[in-house]
Order: sequence, then structure tokens, then C-alpha cells
Amino acid sequence: MGHGGGGAMSAELVANLFAPAFGGATLAALADSATVDLGGARLAFSTDSYVVRPLFFPGGCIGDLAVNGTVNDLAMSGARAAYLSCGFILEEGVETAVVGRIAETMGAAARAAGVEIVTGDTKVVESGRGDGVYVNTAGIGLVPAGVDIRPQRAVPGDVVIVSGEIGLHGVAIMSVREGLEFGARVESDCAALGGLVGAMLAVTPDIHVLRDPTRGGLGAAVNEIAAAAGVGVALRERAIPVPDQVASACAILGLDPMYVANEGKLVAFVPRDQADAVLAAMRAHPLGARAAVVGECVDDHHGMVVTRTAFGGTRVVDLPLGEQLPRIC
Amino acid sequence: MTLSQERGTAVRERRRVVVGGVVQGVGFRPFVYALATGLGLDGHVTNTGDGVLVEIEGPAEVLDLFCTRIRSEAPPLARVASVVAEPLTPVGAAGFAIAPTVQGTARTLCPPDTATCADCLAELADPADRRHRHPFITCTNCGPRYTIVTGLPYDRAATTMAGFAMCPDCAREYADPADRRFHAQPIACHACGPRLSLVVPDASVREGDAAVVAARAMLADGAILAVKGIGGYHLACDARNPDAVAGLRRRKNRGDKPFAVLARDLDEIAPWVEADEPERALLTGPERPIVLLRRRHRTAPASRDARTAAALDHVAPRCPDLGVMLPYAPVHHLLLGLPGDAPGPTLLVLTSANLSGEPIVTDDAEALDKLAPLVDGWLTHDRPIHVPCDDSVLRVVDGAPSPVRRSRGWAPLPLALPLPVVPSLAVGGDLKCVLALAEGERAWLSGHIGDMDDLATLRAFDRAVEQLGAVTGVVPERVVADLHPRYRSAQRAQRHAGEGLVRGVQHHHAHIASVMAENGLDGRSPVVGVAFDGTGYGTDGAVWGGEILVADYAGFDRFAHVAYVPLPGGDAAVRRPYRMALAHLYAAGLDWAPDLPCVQACPADELVLLRQQLDLNLHCVPTSSMGRLFDAVSSLAGVCHHSEYEAQAAIELEAAALRNGAGERGADGAADGYRFELRYAETPLSADPGPLLAAVAADVRAGARTGEIATRFHTAVADLVVRVCRAARERYGTSTAALSGGVFGNAVLASACARVLRADGFTVVRHRAVPPNDGGLALGQLMVAARAAAD
Ligand SMILES: [Fe+3]
Ligand SMILES: [Mg+2]
Ligand SMILES: [Zn+2]
Ligand SMILES: [Zn+2]
Repeated sequence: MGHGGGGAMSAELVANLFAPAFGGATLAALADSATVDLGGARLAFSTDSYVVRPLFFPGGCIGDLAVNGTVNDLAMSGARAAYLSCGFILEEGVETAVVGRIAETMGAAARAAGVEIVTGDTKVVESGRGDGVYVNTAGIGLVPAGVDIRPQRAVPGDVVIVSGEIGLHGVAIMSVREGLEFGARVESDCAALGGLVGAMLAVTPDIHVLRDPTRGGLGAAVNEIAAAAGVGVALRERAIPVPDQVASACAILGLDPMYVANEGKLVAFVPRDQADAVLAAMRAHPLGARAAVVGECVDDHHGMVVTRTAFGGTRVVDLPLGEQLPRIC
Repeated sequence: MTLSQERGTAVRERRRVVVGGVVQGVGFRPFVYALATGLGLDGHVTNTGDGVLVEIEGPAEVLDLFCTRIRSEAPPLARVASVVAEPLTPVGAAGFAIAPTVQGTARTLCPPDTATCADCLAELADPADRRHRHPFITCTNCGPRYTIVTGLPYDRAATTMAGFAMCPDCAREYADPADRRFHAQPIACHACGPRLSLVVPDASVREGDAAVVAARAMLADGAILAVKGIGGYHLACDARNPDAVAGLRRRKNRGDKPFAVLARDLDEIAPWVEADEPERALLTGPERPIVLLRRRHRTAPASRDARTAAALDHVAPRCPDLGVMLPYAPVHHLLLGLPGDAPGPTLLVLTSANLSGEPIVTDDAEALDKLAPLVDGWLTHDRPIHVPCDDSVLRVVDGAPSPVRRSRGWAPLPLALPLPVVPSLAVGGDLKCVLALAEGERAWLSGHIGDMDDLATLRAFDRAVEQLGAVTGVVPERVVADLHPRYRSAQRAQRHAGEGLVRGVQHHHAHIASVMAENGLDGRSPVVGVAFDGTGYGTDGAVWGGEILVADYAGFDRFAHVAYVPLPGGDAAVRRPYRMALAHLYAAGLDWAPDLPCVQACPADELVLLRQQLDLNLHCVPTSSMGRLFDAVSSLAGVCHHSEYEAQAAIELEAAALRNGAGERGADGAADGYRFELRYAETPLSADPGPLLAAVAADVRAGARTGEIATRFHTAVADLVVRVCRAARERYGTSTAALSGGVFGNAVLASACARVLRADGFTVVRHRAVPPNDGGLALGQLMVAARAAAD
């Protein structure tokens, strides 16, 4: 499972196996979605497969995750998603009612995100050869003129903004999957971010980088940006919004909230002179009410992310790598 | 008949003698001059990149004598590694001269920083001397070296003294072969040397002696000062003032981690700690390390005052030892007061100035900025520190020094290797990182670099690689690191390897190779290696740490290990020993009875979740760690539930055993010890602590004293070691046991193991030169990589 962990290992698969095999400059950019020119239009194009367990969890299910995930991947290049495709792989014996409930939530999520599901496919595999329900979605959307959002555009001086509290999705999934008894119920933050990105672009088209910190969490997302742009990122530990339930669950289980997945958050690298206005626009949007400046992009420790701790230290934030093995001797 | 009268009659020979080792900056050429002229020999001596070169002419037997005495009578700071002589044709030289330095490849060795010598100290206190109270007094026998050298050959221009032009008086001494300061590169005086200054917010800067006088007064008033010394800045306060010490602890966010103290002399600390002869020798030696001394707990002599006792409890809370050092820089002597000075503090807390985990601060601007929240003022000076060098830390175990941290006073002295290696760089581990460069039969270890969690440490790591390269001239062809996939030291190693491959060495194999190497074992026959520590990445992906390996340099068999238990939540289990106690009880199938201290220490919601986490095996890595077993027993016995500094739970458990008299009685009275179940049928053998934990829990519930429990546990571990080693001897026929790993920083355990092994006929090899903890890893990594390549 290590290669699906969203960290260094899956990056390695893409870089070492897929990119060389497929070729092409667009894929080489290794973004969550590709921006392509087609008949004079700039389209963002993305696909993602969803294998989450359990299928239903507090705050969402595999269906709205599949819609929102692809909508968000498009949004991270500044595009407003327009059309989605949807592929189901069903295991023989899965209840029709379950598939029905998933389809319902997908429809609702699509309507909420202002996107239309226009094509699809269904395959049934023998019992025991699947895991209930897998969903794949692909999507396209138009990239507005003057918008060029990609990890390579991070430059020293950029302000790093997170759109809200981190770690909710990962902790929610874990709590139901493992039946863990956390004090309070934690809900996934699963949401479509197209509207929030639209509000940000209304302030300025010159947003440098957007990323949804899904698997691997904020730690992985910011590391990938630092590596792609060859810049350093300095985060302020105390400024990162971590909800109490997430903090205490992580403390007990021995996890770092920096590496826990999110499904309705984004991290933005914004030119310093636009940061206040962008932050204000985000906070005015329901999905960005708790947005916060968490750090900045620096011309130092290139390719590395550090957090400045309360006591003035600078702790290195690694790319998560499989299990969080202890290092303390 | 004197030797010189012989000159005309004997057959004269001429020889070229090259002396290698630490022979520059230590008064070697004047020594050669004196030796040669005393023997009536002719010729000259010069410094080259390859060492000290002597061309010398005279009767053969006198030349032989010269070559012998050049080694046996070398000056105190010199370390002669080689004396190579070859014949030349005599040229009829007359008289002996010191010739100027010749540039060459940098193959000579830089001396370590050395404590102010007795001669300089006498001058420092002598009102008639021109260096009376000079804070930078030094000579060829003492003073800073490694930390001020910017390149080799060692010459004033290649030190941070380059910016201070010598006054005529200093220049005369520097040029006079008969003077103690002949070519003493850091030579200085009031007229030409660096200057002290005291910087206090909202006050004018005081300089020179006024700075020291005011700093002493501030310390006497309870202030915390940053003091720039030899290898970096320290934080200092009056160790007899409980409020000052508590304030420093609070400001440094230090948890319970002990501080060290700087005492004016041995008498100052006599009421508080026990110091036997070997300990006194270490304390007063030229390296001046911090020596961990057992604190006195018995009835108070009259010289113990309550206020100091209270303050020292803040210095090292619940710690059985107190780290003590004596002044090694002139500024320390001035701060603690020379004879005739007004009364002032005579016992100071002196702790490296850094933020938790970062390297010691050496840069003046950084000190002013970063230390501002911690201090009331800065006693600083204008001589730059080129490389940081923390204080070394040692303790004496069974009469011999046992290093905890090998740094100032030793770095960069080379260690002799039992086998030659190709030019290599080994980067050690991630905590207490120390790196090593080696070539041929020598390895140079860096000073203590720190924990690789911080950007500042990563940078110090890069600088240390450069500095070691500069002072040794070794260009590594091979880079070696630990196998741990998350070690930043290994990732950093890749940068220094360029396109090359970084070779990985298993953590505990490196520990055992390290203790073998420093004991001169050539690896032709394997040893039974007992590697006990907290965490090391195993070849099966588990967290190892209770390992008995049958090993040579080329490889190892994992002969036995502590049975795996789940480590719940990685580092969280390390910081909260009660989690480890609960995990061990769980693995042993023992109840989490509500009256057990570890159960009481665990918050109710965490207890529920931890049970689920263990049931589901969620974020649980299997571990065989002996360090974590110490943590578990410490919490189970109610000694320590939260670890605020490394090994705190184990240190407090050792303290409990000591209070129980383990030091005197020995922890090896097997009769009343607990017992591991050793499963001989498994491969590797498995040491199950289950029965031991059941016995501890029963003792706790029966109200046994923690000291008794602690003693019995130490006994059990020593008993396990001897049983496993016996089994290994039967299978492999080897009767040498090597002890390594951070757990052997525990003196009670280390001596108990050595005692029972010797009683059983084993030859025991232990660390004397490098630490048993991860500070010694790099040395072992080098040796393993060297053998792996040779095959
Ligand atoms: Fe270790
Ligand atoms: Mg995605
Ligand atoms: Zn001296
Ligand atoms: Zn002078």
C-alpha cells in the first residue's frame, strides 16, 4: 500500500515509470491536472480513481469524493470544471441500493459544484476480485485567460495560505474504518473548491500555485511545490490551523497532522502584494472562513520545507515516506 | 667525553626525518631545535604539508638517539604518529636552524582545543606579567586550535587570528625558538589581541577587564549571560542561585534535561559529588570535558548549604549524576575569580547556547539575535569561531573513561583503525550526529553536530564535512550512512556522494563494528556483539534495539533479540513511556490493572484508543528495543511516565537502582533478579520479557520499593546478556563479547554485564574512545563499508 500513500513512493512511480513510458511535455509537468490547448481553448483535464474504504463515512461517501476530487484537481489549475465522466467498477454481489445511494450523492455533488456528468462506464468483476465499489472520474474545464497556476511558479516572497483546518478527512476515515473511539465525532471536510478558487481569481488572476493537500496532507503538498519550483518554504507551526479533535487524535495515535489527508482544502502561493486581498476574499467564502497565512516562500534552503517553531527553531518537514517510523534512539 | 667532542672522530651521516601526526602548532620545531642542539647535531627543521621535516647530520648512534627521543619526549600537545628516516649524503652542515614553513599537500593533523596551561595560568594571575588578566592568554602548550583553524598548514594566516596584527613584543616571542610562545599561532596580549566586551540592553558596552568585572557582578545578582568561549556560546548563571537556575530552565524550554556546572576548582564541588582519582584526572586534564559525577545523597557536611542544594536540584532534577567541568578558557578563570578578586560566583551553570536540538551558536550576530529572549547580556569577544565545538562529556565506569560525547579536546584527533580503508566519509545517525572521514589506517571524527531535525543542524553538518576535509585533506571516494529510510543524515550523505552510491550499514552492526574498531580488533574472528539501544532500523523493516549479533566487519548473524512488541505510534511511544509499558503488558498478555502506575498515568480516552490501536495493529511497528523496555519498566515501576529528554525514563530507573545500592552491591546477584524467558528453539533466539514484566507488576502491587524493582531489572538484563553470550559461544566458538549501543551509557548495567561476562570466561570489549551511543556510529560504518568493498 506504500505506493498509494501519496508521498515519496507514488511520486517515484510517476517520475520513474509512467512519465518516461508515456512521454510528452504535458505529463512531464506532473501536475494533478494537465492544461492543454484544443481548438484555441485552454482546457484543464484530469482524472482520478477512488478506492476509499469505507464507502460511507462521516461527512461524505465515495460518490461525492469522486466528484469533488476531480473538480478540485481542475480547480487547482484555476479551471472551473464543466463536464465529468464517471466509471464504476463493481464487485459482483454489491447491493444495488448501495450503488444507488452513491449515484445519488454524485448527482447532488455535481449539481452543487456546477458540473455535469456527461458520460460513463460500468464494469462488473467477479466476487472476490474487487472491493465493492471503485469509482473513476475524469473532468474537463476551461482555464480563464491570464491564469497560469502551476507548482513551478512559486517564487520567493510568495505568501502561503491554507484555506482552513487540516486533517479532518484522514481522521474521519480512520475513525470509521478502524472503529476508533475519539472523544468527539470528526467529519470529513469533503467539498468542491471551484467556487472558492473563483472568488480568489476574482481578486487577481496572478495566483502562482494552488494545490489540494489530499493524500500525504499539507506536508506532502508543500514539499512537492518546493521541489517543483526549487524554492524554500518556511511555515509557522503555530499558524497552521489544526482542529482540537485532529490534534488529540494524532497525538494519541502518534501521527503528525501535517501528513493527514484533506478533501476540501487548498494551499495557495500568492504574490505578497495580493495576499491580504486574496485572504479576505477566501474568508468571505464559506469554504475559506478559517483561511490563514501559514508561511512564506523563501530564497533559502531550496527544495526544502521548514517550520519555524514557537521557540525560534527551524524544524525540517520531510516528504512523508510510507510508515512514520521512529527515529528517536 | 661529551657527545660534541666526538664530532671530529665518528663517521658522520645525514638523514631526512619526517615526523607525522599532530606536530604543528604544538611547539614541535623548538622542541626539535632544543633536542638537536642538545645532542650536538647539525641541520634544520621545517614545517611542511606532510609534517615536520628534519634534515640532520651527525654520528649514526646520536642520530638514532635523536629519532627515539623525538617520539618519547615530544611536547604535551603533540601526537606523533610516525617517524620516517631515510639516509642522505652528508653536506657538512654546521649549526642547527629553524627554517620557514613550506607549503605542501595538507596531510598534517590539526590539534584539538586545549585548556589553559599552568604556566599561562600563573601569568594570568601575576600582576607583574604583561599578560596579567589577559582573557586570550595562550602558548604553544595550550589554547584554541581546531575551532580557529581555517586551513592547513597550521599557521597564523590560516586561523581566525589572521585579523590581529602582532605587536612588537608578541612578534619577538613568536620568533624566538627559546620562548614558550614560539610560533604559538593564537599568541596575543593586551596590546594586540582580541577584546572582550559586555553587551547589555539599554546600557553602554563595557570592554576589557571592566566587561569581566561587570559580568561577574551580574551573575552574582542572578543574571543569565551568554558567554562566548572556545567552541561556541554558553549560557551561564550562578549555580548556587535557585531562582537563576529555574529561570534559565524556563527560558531555555529545557524540560528536565540536566545542565552542567563549571566549578572554580575541585573543592567547590567536593560537598556535592563524589570524585575518585580517575575522575579527578579527567576533570583536570588538558581536554577538560564535562565529567558526570555521582551526586552525594548522604548526610550533609557543614559545607553544604541549603540554598546551593536547592539550586542543584534545579540544575539536574532527579538525576543521579551532576555534569561538572573545570575552567578551560582564560575567560572562565576570570569569571570565577582569580586570587584577590572580590567575591563572586564560584560555581556556574554552563550550558551550550542553542535552541533545543540545534547546534551550539558560534556566530556573533546570531547570538545577539537568537539568544535575546534567553539572556540578560552577552560577554563576547571579537575573535571569530570558525567551527562550533561542543563540550565533551564523559563518565568513569569501572575506573576507565566512558565517553558520552566526544567533541572539544578530542576533535579532530584521529583514531587508529585496525585495517586500512579507502578514503571514506561516514555520516553516523540522525541523533547526536557525528561524522567521520577516514583514509588508510586513520579516522577523524567531527565534533558533536546535533540532531538532524533542524535546518541549522543540517547546515552544521555540511560545514563539518567541509572542515574535516580541509584539516585532513581526505577526499572521500566512498560515502556511508545508516539504512533508515527516514534518516536525514543519509539523505544529506547523497549530496556529498554526488553521482556515487551511498552505502548503507545496519545500525547495530555499525555499533558493534565501532567498539571492535576502537579496541583494535582486526575482525578476523567474530565477536558476540551486544547492541542495546532505543531505535535502529532493522533489515526486516522492524525497529531493532535489543540485539545480540555474532559479527565481524564483513557481516553479522542476528543471533538473538528481545521478542518483538508493538511500538504504538512511533515517536509518541518514545516520549510517553507509559504507552510502552502498556504495549509491553499487552504483548505479554497481562492486564492493564487500574492500580498499576502506568495505567494511572495514561489519560482515560488514550487508554481506550491505545487498546484499539494495539488490537488493530494500527501505526504499530514491531520493535525489539531494549531502550523501550527500560522505558516500559520505568513507567511500570512508577518512576517516569513522560520522557522530556532522551533516555530520561532509563536514567531515572538507573538512579533508583543506585539509590538502592546497586553501585556497591552490583546488579548481578542473579538470585533476586527477574528473568527473561530465553527461547532457544527459535532462530534468532528470542528473549521474551513477559515473565519479567509479570514479576515487576506483582512486585509493584505488593508495594515493593522502586529501588528494589530497578535493581532486579538491571540484574535480569545482565543475566540475559550472559546467557545469550554463552549460547553464542557454544554455537560459534567465540569468547569475545563486545558491548555497544546507547543503553550501555547506563553505568550500572554496563559494569554488571562486564562483570558477569568476565566471570563466565569472556573477554569483554567496551567503548573508551567513542561513545556507545549513536555518536560512535560513524566509526563502525566506515569499517563495515571498508570490508564490504574489499570482498
Ligand atoms: Fe543506536
Ligand atoms: Mg487528486
Ligand atoms: Zn599555555
Ligand atoms: Zn601583543
